[in-house]
Amino acid sequence: MLSPGLYNYWIVVVLMMAGFYTLISRGNLVKKLIGLNIFQVSVFMLYISMGKVQGGVAPILIGEMPAHGHAATHAAHDIDSSHDLHHDVHAKESPPRHPNESEGVLSDVLPQIDASPSLSPAAVQLAELQKTGDATIVYSNPLPHVLILTAIVVGVATTALGLALVVRINEQYGTIEEDEIHVMDPEQP
Amino acid sequence: MKESIHHQVILRVVAKILLPYILLFALYVQFHGDFSPGGGFQAGVIFAAGIILYTLIFGIEQAYRAIDPRIFEVLLALGVCLYAGVGVWALVSGGNFLDYSVLAHDPVHGQHLGILLIELGVGLTVTAVMVSIFFAFVSRGGR
Amino acid sequence: MISQHLPILQIVVPLLAAPLCVLLRQRHAVWAFALGVCWASFGVALALLLRVMNDGPLVYELGGWAAPWGIVYRLDPLGGIVLLIVSGVAALVLVFAPRVLDQEIPADKHYLFFAAFLLCMTGLLGITITGDIFNVFVFLEISSLSAYVLISMGADRRALLAAYRYLVMGTIGSTFILIGIGLAYMMTGTLNMADLAARLGDVHETRTIRAAFAFLTVGVSIKLALFPLHVWLPNAYTYAPSMVTAFLAATATKVSCYLLLRLVFTVFGVPLVFDEMRLAAVFMPLALMAIFVASTVAIFQTNVKRLLAYSSVAQIGYLVLAFGFASQAGVTACVIHLFNHALMKGALFLALGCVAFRIGSVDLEDLRGLGRRMPWIAALIVIGGLNLIGVPLTAGFISKWYLVMAALEQREYWPVAVAMLFSSLLAVAYVWRIVEVLYMQPPRPSDLQSDQREAPVPLSMVAPTTVMTLGTVVLGVYPTFTVQVAQRAAEFLLGVAA
Repeated sequence: MLSPGLYNYWIVVVLMMAGFYTLISRGNLVKKLIGLNIFQVSVFMLYISMGKVQGGVAPILIGEMPAHGHAATHAAHDIDSSHDLHHDVHAKESPPRHPNESEGVLSDVLPQIDASPSLSPAAVQLAELQKTGDATIVYSNPLPHVLILTAIVVGVATTALGLALVVRINEQYGTIEEDEIHVMDPEQP
Repeated sequence: MKESIHHQVILRVVAKILLPYILLFALYVQFHGDFSPGGGFQAGVIFAAGIILYTLIFGIEQAYRAIDPRIFEVLLALGVCLYAGVGVWALVSGGNFLDYSVLAHDPVHGQHLGILLIELGVGLTVTAVMVSIFFAFVSRGGR
Repeated sequence: MISQHLPILQIVVPLLAAPLCVLLRQRHAVWAFALGVCWASFGVALALLLRVMNDGPLVYELGGWAAPWGIVYRLDPLGGIVLLIVSGVAALVLVFAPRVLDQEIPADKHYLFFAAFLLCMTGLLGITITGDIFNVFVFLEISSLSAYVLISMGADRRALLAAYRYLVMGTIGSTFILIGIGLAYMMTGTLNMADLAARLGDVHETRTIRAAFAFLTVGVSIKLALFPLHVWLPNAYTYAPSMVTAFLAATATKVSCYLLLRLVFTVFGVPLVFDEMRLAAVFMPLALMAIFVASTVAIFQTNVKRLLAYSSVAQIGYLVLAFGFASQAGVTACVIHLFNHALMKGALFLALGCVAFRIGSVDLEDLRGLGRRMPWIAALIVIGGLNLIGVPLTAGFISKWYLVMAALEQREYWPVAVAMLFSSLLAVAYVWRIVEVLYMQPPRPSDLQSDQREAPVPLSMVAPTTVMTLGTVVLGVYPTFTVQVAQRAAEFLLGVAA
């Protein structure tokens, strides 16, 4: 149970509980929001951990694509475009609707890499691809990244709204401590 | 007090030098969203960070003189309208909602154009939202 | 061409209208525009419901990408009826809006109010119509955030604290839903709900899926205000502006109940939920406690809005009780009660809005003798109260009837049926408190004098209230439409699950 592979998930649990405890136990309205934020961050960690593929590189198209069909795997940033789960870029029958990305912009920018054993598996993959142009690349799953981006934006909006409410509560009550507010406006059943 | 004035000078000078590069980097991130990490949200936040940096260093009055705050409310709405508008344009052109393939003469260019416009809408809205939130808080606090 | 795009138009029209409201500024123009948009949405929802009843489930692919790679909108009969509720209530509430808003919200914020209102409606419609589980989360957040904004616009300063508490609890709920989605995605690799249901067959024995289901259920229960997670509801409904309370009471919790129905019956399936995880053993006691505790607390309230808020918590207990039976009769009863309660509570809160407009308060003390001061509105309140009790000839009676029938269908649940009848007595107690104050107590002389000075309640406010209240009576006398749709919905839900 304490295997190193589960380290990420332990972090998730610790952060979640830390955030949740802060949320419940602190009486200061801003501290509650901070706890809420920590709680949300733990969920981001959960998603990113699940999206990682061992030996996978960041999901960005690399290198020049040969003319015949390749599945399109560009990193989708808007949630309404296709959620593409294909991990390897290889000759695959693509359905007629998926367009072929024929530009490989990054290949001009990336330097030639020598496949020496001291490099990471990803860099070794890159080097192989540049040599043969035919090897498969293993990408990390880009879908959780998109989901997390959405969740981060939602978290930002929630925090902003919460803080705006706290500012207005401060103006009305003169304090942001929950117990002092309850003295002024007693909590009804 | 001499130290604070001294630091203020450093902050002012460095901010003035960095600000154009921050805004330029934001535009770079915006338009490279389909080739590298980036896209509308990230670019919007970086752009807004530049404006917020300026406001922090030079004060809110000067920031209001530099950019009219009312423009952000308009940009906010315009960004969302642009996003939904691209979707409706796809509807009108014969595809489903947000089907970029029908936006241009062939699907590849259609997808390219669609994503570009969508990300632009997102970038506009996110910039406007971030700066509006900041201005709303700053103009209210301390009363 | 329009007809094939109806599902997406249901979302796009209010979504596009919200930023246009922000651009439009001028408050009368914005109100007229928002009103037109809501009635257009109602028309679209009606068209969609008729199509679903005739042709069967509708599917719409966003961006042209086929399932399971793309986001797909999927509409079944239950979804159709929920769309109708949300857009219908929004349309009626907006007719009610302009005069009461003048009193409760500063004039330069009206355009923002309508933008937030349209966004809330978009979110609720989106949860109903989408077939992708992450899209559910996105629309849930859209509707929740705008609901927090709408509630915080109340005139009383306690509205801010109520909105803050709702924000904190609601975000915990949404985050739990997000965790549940993540765990389910981890095991099956898909976000499309139909695909998820298909793939869950092989992995449903794993602890991850059970954890996913637990997180999703608790998250949705927070949004649903199921006892004991209902704490945000009384304050939020009491201090929000009256039309916001009417809208949220009629729609937000109903859509959350719909979401729970979909998750339990179409995604996770009856075997996993009721046999393996024994959801009924958890939900039914909680539902019974909700009914009894909330009804009892309602009897002791002096603020009528707060009383009705606790009554809402009790009625949500009925909903959860009904679907805890896990039978066709149970789900039918749940759907009927969903529809009827939306109408009942919407009508009651609108009537209270009229009262607050004229008198300026909803305390029982200030409502004395209202039967003589505002006879028509008082009559409407009484009819709403009769609905809550379940008197024959009202829609409330139809719901209670089907609920008791569903309980009696399974031999071991007859104590539940008895409990439900007993709880009607508690409802009589709190409705009687209102009726006694309205009719039995003489009005105070000071109130009679101030009434002379106040303007009568305008038609734009009385009309929607009357329509909704009479709607409950009509549906109580001719229930065939609701029952038919509910039975189709239940067949569909349980048919998919079986």
